Amino acid sequence: MIDSTAGKNTNKTLKSFNDILPVEEKTRRLNAQLKKRHRKEMRFQMYGVISLLLGFLFLVVFFNSIISKGYTAFQQTFISLDIEFVEDIVDPKGNRDAKEMLRSDYSKLIKDALKKEFPSVKKRKDRKALNKLISSGAVYKLADLVIESPELIGTTQTLWLASDDEIDLLMKGHIDRNLPESERRVKDNSITWVDELVAQDRVVKRFNHTFFNSGDSREPEQAGIMGAIKGSFYVLLVTILLSFPIGLAAAVYLEEFAPKNRITDVIEVNINNLAAVPSIVYGLLGLAVFINFFGLPRSAAVVGGLVLSLRTLPTIIIASRAAIKAVPPSIRSAALGVGASEMQTVYHHVLPAALPGILTGTIIGMAQALGETAPLLMIGMVAFIVDIPQSAMDPATALPVQIYLWADSPERAFVEKTSAAIMVLLAFLTVMNLFAVYLRKRYERRW
Amino acid sequence: MTTTSIFLCLALLGFGFYLLGRWRAMNASVISGKLHSLPSFHGAYVAMCMFVPVLVVIIAWLLYSGNSVDQQLLNAAPIEIQEAGQLDQTKYLYSIITPAVQGLEVSDSALAAQVTNFQELTKRNKLIRFILILLAAVLGGLWGLLKIKPDFRARNQFESGVKYLLMACSLIAILTTIGIVLSVLFESIRFFNKVPLHEFLFGTQWSPQIAIRADQVGSSGAFGVIPLVTGTLLIATLAMLVAAPIGLMAAIYLSEYASSRVRSVAKPMLEILAGIPTVVYGFFAALTVAPFLRNWGDSVGLTISSESALAAGVVMGVMIIPYVSSLSDDAINAVPNSLREGAYGLGSTKSETIKQVIFPAALPGIVSALLLAVSRAIGETMIVVMAAGLAANLTANPFESVTTITVQIVTLLVGDQEFDSPKTLAAFALGLSLFIVTLCLNIIALRVVRKYRERYD
Repeated sequence: MIDSTAGKNTNKTLKSFNDILPVEEKTRRLNAQLKKRHRKEMRFQMYGVISLLLGFLFLVVFFNSIISKGYTAFQQTFISLDIEFVEDIVDPKGNRDAKEMLRSDYSKLIKDALKKEFPSVKKRKDRKALNKLISSGAVYKLADLVIESPELIGTTQTLWLASDDEIDLLMKGHIDRNLPESERRVKDNSITWVDELVAQDRVVKRFNHTFFNSGDSREPEQAGIMGAIKGSFYVLLVTILLSFPIGLAAAVYLEEFAPKNRITDVIEVNINNLAAVPSIVYGLLGLAVFINFFGLPRSAAVVGGLVLSLRTLPTIIIASRAAIKAVPPSIRSAALGVGASEMQTVYHHVLPAALPGILTGTIIGMAQALGETAPLLMIGMVAFIVDIPQSAMDPATALPVQIYLWADSPERAFVEKTSAAIMVLLAFLTVMNLFAVYLRKRYERRW
Repeated sequence: MTTTSIFLCLALLGFGFYLLGRWRAMNASVISGKLHSLPSFHGAYVAMCMFVPVLVVIIAWLLYSGNSVDQQLLNAAPIEIQEAGQLDQTKYLYSIITPAVQGLEVSDSALAAQVTNFQELTKRNKLIRFILILLAAVLGGLWGLLKIKPDFRARNQFESGVKYLLMACSLIAILTTIGIVLSVLFESIRFFNKVPLHEFLFGTQWSPQIAIRADQVGSSGAFGVIPLVTGTLLIATLAMLVAAPIGLMAAIYLSEYASSRVRSVAKPMLEILAGIPTVVYGFFAALTVAPFLRNWGDSVGLTISSESALAAGVVMGVMIIPYVSSLSDDAINAVPNSLREGAYGLGSTKSETIKQVIFPAALPGIVSALLLAVSRAIGETMIVVMAAGLAANLTANPFESVTTITVQIVTLLVGDQEFDSPKTLAAFALGLSLFIVTLCLNIIALRVVRKYRERYD
């Protein structure tokens, strides 16, 4: 606030100046002052533009970084090898028993094929490095193949096998060949072998089905997000089944039926506060109440759903209340006037009119729940789980938790997997938010 | 009987009772003329009469069985376990019996016998549960059926029942708060029994790792929260240094200067920032911003830790920008146009109007927006878990690595938990402090708005 006496003084001095100064000088001074003020105005406006641009710059850098790191993960390197299914190795007893064939040493087949491909490699150490070209998961592919069609035994097949993650990175250009050998994960001889294979057209990059179809793995080239997506699906299913009806009911009660008294006031303040409680505290609640007290299984999607439904309830209640409030009172009066009961008024007239807004709020709440990580860490959904969960009671992770787990992994190849998983997560979120926007644009009525 | 099949059973039974009630009401109307309510309301009333006792039974069962499964397991356990201390019992429950029951590993025959014993126990338990629920359902439904008379006010009864259901749903908000308070409070009290409160509040050492053997180095563990608080405040301050000016200026620009076309593009763009999950921000901070800052520091001769507070703080600040800007936008838009026009009429420029008229008028709203943003920064978890450090350094240097309250909660609780070591319980004490601090900030923020907001109409 401006000091009033100071203001008076300046006015007085100005007045005296004005009396003395000639007109030209007065206009000159005024113009100078005006210029200064306009410059100030420009500067202030610039600050606003700059801060907006900073925000956009961050967005650009962010998406650029995520996409440039992650887009390669949608492809995977395959190496073709002539695998000879030697009967002595695959089925030494010769009875074609699937259980016994599952236990055979398929890595020997791959080793032999590589030996045939590179007969000049003799040293034990080099052999070991050579065998590392192929993913350790390739043996399962061979086993599945043989068990499915036992007639392959004894034949030689040209098969495309997934390469090791380091070779995958090399092929995608993530490993700098110019670095000194000691600083590189892929050594010189491996690079020459790969180059030889490339020259023979035995290396190819294909769409990475593994990434979308399989669960987590310690080996980056075998790791996928299906387990996490299914886990997230079950979590969100439980969340929406609980939080939508409960949130809707609470909003209807508070907006339409609640008497204005202290209890209602307390509930209102409570809901606003709950919306601002850090999500990790909900995780503590879940750990103490659902797991320790009620004895629900740790790491299960159902607990995650319970916790996240408590977390999203305030969002849904607040959005639903706003939507219900926007329905004009004349609709209620008209319904009551033709003899509907209070309950019928709400269910037949108010709720249908408010539904688009309520659904929009619910979808936004679900999008929040999909991105939520911290509470899930607290209730043990952070475990390393290879199997894809088949129900909400199975141990599971969720998509954001999978991102967290992979981001923590030391293997360089998980960086691109993490970025790719982030892209998938962001795609889901975008679809949900666009759907919310569509609902609002298409169905929201203004009275 | 699995849970799903029980629910299916109940749904079918409910529908059956609804049909029965409707049928009975229609019959009654045939015999004695007019019904008070539509037959479907009678049906709904009967179904409601069925579900209320079922709900009571289920809740009672949940409250009872949570502890009783463990108790039954212990009762079936060998004598030496039953007489052991609580620590050994918990260990037995969680690392021997539970995995065995889940079919992971059953090595010796004694354990196998116990597992079958336990499985029979749970089977019997589930049967009892099912019978109890069914009994409650049938009795409740029959009682409802008996009440049907032509002049019975089924609709009013049903509607008031629904009203109670709605009220119960709105009470869940209060229950959640109570649940949060109780769950962190109980474990915190247990923690403060082991570690005195003043040591927790004023200690400057934080090293919760307690050695397994008593004679190892650092066997006691130190639980002083001061370094965590300073670390949290350091990161939150950095975040606010980024978010407050940018968010505020963006809000001012968008609400005062921008044309509606710019606004319609820029506002959703800012909101994208709010929609990005925090774990993604954390990944970005740890893998892009932190290495960039470290390299930059190397090139100008600064040593910046790769887990510096700066990286986490800056990225967290970006995350909070849309929060600050949308809340202050609301506050600025709430200032009536007459104030702006008055200022323009006196010859002031737009920026002068904003600085000297609009900003003071919107100040309560802006202050509350900033407070809410601070509360968010303090409670934010994933960014700091991924980008900030684990070591509790007592420092104000943003280039060093610090740790925060939320990081410690996560590290203490992820992995093996023993609910009687101060290490695990400390997480709940930290959670309690976090809850109290954020709650206070939220309440102050609401108060500021309520108390200082000018009313212009």
